[in-house]
Amino acid sequence: MSSISNVAPSSPGGQPATGPSAVTPVIQLQGLSVRLGKRQILNQLTGSFSGRSIGLLGPNGAGKSTLINTLLGFYPPSQGTAELLGFDIGRNSREIRALTGYMPENDAFVSKMSAVTFIRMMAELSGLPAEAALERAHEALFYVGLGEARYRKLGTYSLGMKQMAKLAQAIVHGPKLIILDEPTNGLDPPARQRMIRLIREMRDSKEMHIVLCSHLLRDVEECCEEVLILKQGRIVHQSNLEEERRTNRRFLELEIWGQTGALTGAIEQLGCECAVAAGNRVKVILAQGVEVRDIYRLAAERDVRIRRLNFRRDTLEDIFLKAMES
Amino acid sequence: MAVHKRSYRAYSGPLTPAWSRFLVLYRYARENMSRSRVQTALFVMCFFCPLFCLLLIYLANNLSFLAKFDVRAVGLLNIGNRFFLGFIATQSVLAFVLTAFAGPGLISPDLANGALPLYFCRPFSRAEYILGKASCLAILLSWITWVPGLVLFAVQSSLAGFGWFTGNLWMAGSIVLSSWIWIAVLCLLSLALSAWVRWKVVAGALLLAVLFLGAGFGQAVNHILQTDYGYLFDLTNLMKTVACHLFGVETDLPISQLEAWGALLGVCGACLLLLRRKVRAYEVVK
Repeated sequence: MSSISNVAPSSPGGQPATGPSAVTPVIQLQGLSVRLGKRQILNQLTGSFSGRSIGLLGPNGAGKSTLINTLLGFYPPSQGTAELLGFDIGRNSREIRALTGYMPENDAFVSKMSAVTFIRMMAELSGLPAEAALERAHEALFYVGLGEARYRKLGTYSLGMKQMAKLAQAIVHGPKLIILDEPTNGLDPPARQRMIRLIREMRDSKEMHIVLCSHLLRDVEECCEEVLILKQGRIVHQSNLEEERRTNRRFLELEIWGQTGALTGAIEQLGCECAVAAGNRVKVILAQGVEVRDIYRLAAERDVRIRRLNFRRDTLEDIFLKAMES
Repeated sequence: MAVHKRSYRAYSGPLTPAWSRFLVLYRYARENMSRSRVQTALFVMCFFCPLFCLLLIYLANNLSFLAKFDVRAVGLLNIGNRFFLGFIATQSVLAFVLTAFAGPGLISPDLANGALPLYFCRPFSRAEYILGKASCLAILLSWITWVPGLVLFAVQSSLAGFGWFTGNLWMAGSIVLSSWIWIAVLCLLSLALSAWVRWKVVAGALLLAVLFLGAGFGQAVNHILQTDYGYLFDLTNLMKTVACHLFGVETDLPISQLEAWGALLGVCGACLLLLRRKVRAYEVVK
């Protein structure tokens, strides 16, 4: 390894890869199907995702990990194809792997190697020269919080430390896209918080895109802009969480005592929708810009007592449950 | 991702050429091997035979020195094809023992802890992985087989003269070729078995079992079926047949060259198939 090429991972056209532009989707699925043995695992997946952080949700066995493994070229598609960062997974798998970092779900390490040696080897396999790989290995381990334990053998690490070591090897070579498969598996609450914080920090650094695969809705909700929900190998929902959050209608359920008509009329004048049910119960769909305190103010002005108020908005859980019911 | 800042930073420096990445695995595997004292001791012991052969070559070319001690067996020290065949046969046995110790430790730890997805999610193929691991063992075995063989040949040539060198140059080719055939078989066999059982100790035992049980099974086949094809199950017989032919020495084994070559290729093919099936990021369970 005496000579070092000065070429960054390049596109098929020979241009240095600089990550996806605004028009290049991070993931593009074109009728992707995967069959393992006699089982159809993924079935005609089609979609395009361009968010900085993409969540991959679904119940156990929905095909999330299979989709990731197919995108990385571990499983061949039985039909259709997909593109990652603009590269075809069949023709340009080497280019894709040069630009990607992967944190698998299961244990993946060499138990008798120290963390720094292992991460350095992984960096060298990604193409970093030995000296740069050593430097980046130290940096990555410090970054994930394993700086003090970096000379310990990986076999002696706790589950949480192993997860962090897997994250370190995934980012050591500075990928443009990082794929995290159940990164918070087996972590205690503080460790989970640390992992989520790191993922958000990497997302906000704008240096990389993140694909987060999880069955934990909270993880995806806290980290992702876009979400793809799989069920039995099919896409049942895909949406931009940010837009969903913005456009989500907010619901109020009121139980009031006093002049119902006066209050509902005033609420409707704010642009909200009202429906009066039996027992002085009123259902309200809040308009943009209207807050709950406005309702309290209107009630006070009309001397109407609010005996009970339930406020709710669509969460990712609602979206997920709706997708599962569909 | 600077240590003092604790923030993420992308890498924008130079990259090594793609063809050289398998050497990374070679380097780490070699470092790992050199940590074992038993292997190091075994490796050193493998040089006793070449040193003894070196002494014999010196004595054979200095008959006057032997005559001083009234040694009558001077005629027995004939440095020729049988001498080099004997040397390669001895070193091959030692190479096998060394492989049983060193070989299984190359792949088993990666498979045991599920590290393969981390190798193959990088711009690094399965072929490069096998090449990197096998090259470590192949270079180790080269140091005790054809390299000392060629050194002995060079010493004999320098002592016996240019005439001996030109007349026996083909033997240098036989030394290299027979060594490489054995090295290839041993590398593939040890990698395939360790990929199959995923446990270093068991893989080493299995390697020994392939040699000894294969010979026993072959003998049983010969006796029960009244045939000679049982010899095809014995790796040492196969290798002996091929090596004897390469060194131009008659062999008493009843199997032909073609059968021996075919069986060795079959073993290598089976090992490659096993590696193809087992060395992958995720094994598909049907």
